[in-house]
Amino acid sequence: MDRHHVSSDLATSVAEIVSDMKHLEGPLLPILHAVQHAFGHVPNEAVPMIATGLNLSRAEVHGVVTFYHDYRSLPAGRHVLKLCRAEACQAMGGDRLGDRAKNRLGIDFHQTTADGAVTLEPVFCLGLCSTAPAAMLDGAVHGRLDTEGLDTLLAEVGA
Amino acid sequence: MTRVFIARDAAALAVGADRVAGHLAQEAAVRGLDLTIVRTGSRGLHWLEPLVEVETSEGRIAYGPVTPADIVPLLDAGFLGAESPAAGHHPLFLGPTEEIPFLKNQTRLTFARCGIIDPLSLDDYRAHGGLAGLTRAAAMPAEAIVEAVTLSGLRGRGGAGFPTGIKWKTVLDCPDARKYIVCNADEGDSGTFADRMIMEGDPFVVIEGMAIAGLATGATKGFVYIRSEYPHAIDTMTRAVGIARRAGMLGTSVLGQGRSFDIEIRTGAGAYVCGEETALLNSLEGKRGVVRAKPPLPAHKGLFGRPTVINNVISLASVPVILDKGPEHYRDFGMGRSRGTIPIQIAGNARQTGLYEVAFGLTLGEIVDTVAGGTATGRPVKAVQVGGPLGAYFPRALFDTPFDYEAFAAAGGLIGHAGITVFDDTADMLKQARFAMEFCAVESCGKCTPCRIGSTRGVEVVDRIGRGIEPERNLALLSDLCNTMKFGSLCALGGFTPYPVMSAVTHFPDDFVAAPVVEAAE
Repeated sequence: MDRHHVSSDLATSVAEIVSDMKHLEGPLLPILHAVQHAFGHVPNEAVPMIATGLNLSRAEVHGVVTFYHDYRSLPAGRHVLKLCRAEACQAMGGDRLGDRAKNRLGIDFHQTTADGAVTLEPVFCLGLCSTAPAAMLDGAVHGRLDTEGLDTLLAEVGA
Repeated sequence: MTRVFIARDAAALAVGADRVAGHLAQEAAVRGLDLTIVRTGSRGLHWLEPLVEVETSEGRIAYGPVTPADIVPLLDAGFLGAESPAAGHHPLFLGPTEEIPFLKNQTRLTFARCGIIDPLSLDDYRAHGGLAGLTRAAAMPAEAIVEAVTLSGLRGRGGAGFPTGIKWKTVLDCPDARKYIVCNADEGDSGTFADRMIMEGDPFVVIEGMAIAGLATGATKGFVYIRSEYPHAIDTMTRAVGIARRAGMLGTSVLGQGRSFDIEIRTGAGAYVCGEETALLNSLEGKRGVVRAKPPLPAHKGLFGRPTVINNVISLASVPVILDKGPEHYRDFGMGRSRGTIPIQIAGNARQTGLYEVAFGLTLGEIVDTVAGGTATGRPVKAVQVGGPLGAYFPRALFDTPFDYEAFAAAGGLIGHAGITVFDDTADMLKQARFAMEFCAVESCGKCTPCRIGSTRGVEVVDRIGRGIEPERNLALLSDLCNTMKFGSLCALGGFTPYPVMSAVTHFPDDFVAAPVVEAAE
């Protein structure tokens, strides 16, 4: 979906999502996932709308949005590269890959390149510890990554 | 028609299984070959992925690790024919899959079907013994199901090792009308992937285990809370629940026996602490994943304040075979108070990585040196972390420790989720200790002080040791801090972070001696 909505679209979409899902038991996380799926992030303007829809305070919804690493307050770049930083990948040279990605992209973890092409994120375990080091690029998994493999992935996203 | 089996498990996909399958299909079409490619879970021989298995009259013959470029030579060698001598001489030829020692030496109870069947074919599932446990349970009174699980000696495979039957009995004894079964699929421990593999490779066994738990406790609703880092598992489980519902395995009358049970799949949002059961319940309720103080136990007041069984994926997936083959069959594997089998996950710098399900009792050395075959880099093994990021680092001196809950506790460690991560001699244990503290600081839910503040102070103290600042005083301080975290934290995150830290300090003291700093001349 187009990530650049005008705010009336946002209000309509969020209202639809909330009314579709509020019957669920414990609907807040599924709603936030749906909003992030639709807009690429959880826009600040959506927080009071969700709060009203679920009869919660803004603080409660804000608290949840900010607690979980997955929810973004700003849209990500066009591509998201997640590099596993956990122990099994460390044992197979994951730290070196992290450094290389940061150098090649000129950004640190949690940042997006200036041209908006790539967001680099750490991830603590993709469950690919037996094919380490591992990464996920736009949802596709990659294992046994070496320098060359990482460079191929970076080239795919134009970096 | 020849059937070929290629895994669709994320570990296989990560090393190119889709490309191999696509290439094979394309090349087979060009050559006009009658070929069906079945996408299965993984056999767990991950160092050999992408593994390609060809069905023959002699059973499945394995080749691996196969790259797309190998497809043409393999076809030219006639690897699809049953008795092709040329294929037998191909460098990727591994022989009959079941005869590969890594697989042959396993005892597969929980993972019996994983890698063999099409994960989303209920017919395949039935043909390989699936639904036998639930069918049996559906004809039993609730008390008898709980009794069978208790007798089997099954203990929570998520790490705590609490007897599953006792947990179920507590919920069964609660008079409430509404109860829940929650499957904790928020396994976030590095070095572990058994939950992911079973959800992707045999999702119906998880569903069957949950349905049995429902019948056993009177719970009518189940949730599977899956971590968002496992998109393939979420997809497979979601589709499997739909199939199970349409087939009457779930719904208002489970297997037509009149008792109701249904399941909803939920996705986590990247918080490691939600693997802790009470934090997970808060997250399911739509709250911050903050740990709850116990009591009340989730079995008394769990999800939405109702009695709740919360079990790990593997615990639930082990239940169907217990009901099917009987509790004695399961109990007779293992040692001491650790009964049955445990899926050991070999990860990191190991030559043979993957999943190895076996009865409790192998020593750590047997697992690392024999099963895993040492390191992938060929360098000496320096340390093995057992049980994920909260597990202790074991040196070779402790390799005689048998894989058993009590024996690991006695050796200053824990089995946890049974993941073992191998490190070669280039590992810097001070760095690993620092990482454990840093990880705890990032992932702490913030509710209790020892974990929230202790982990941040821990990083600073380790850094001071690394820089050679008052090393003796700071090592004493680190030890003191770890003690506070261990005994003062509300849950295992803060409480167990001292395991990797202190084991690194204790067993690898040389790594905590800073290199002499060359002072600049005045």
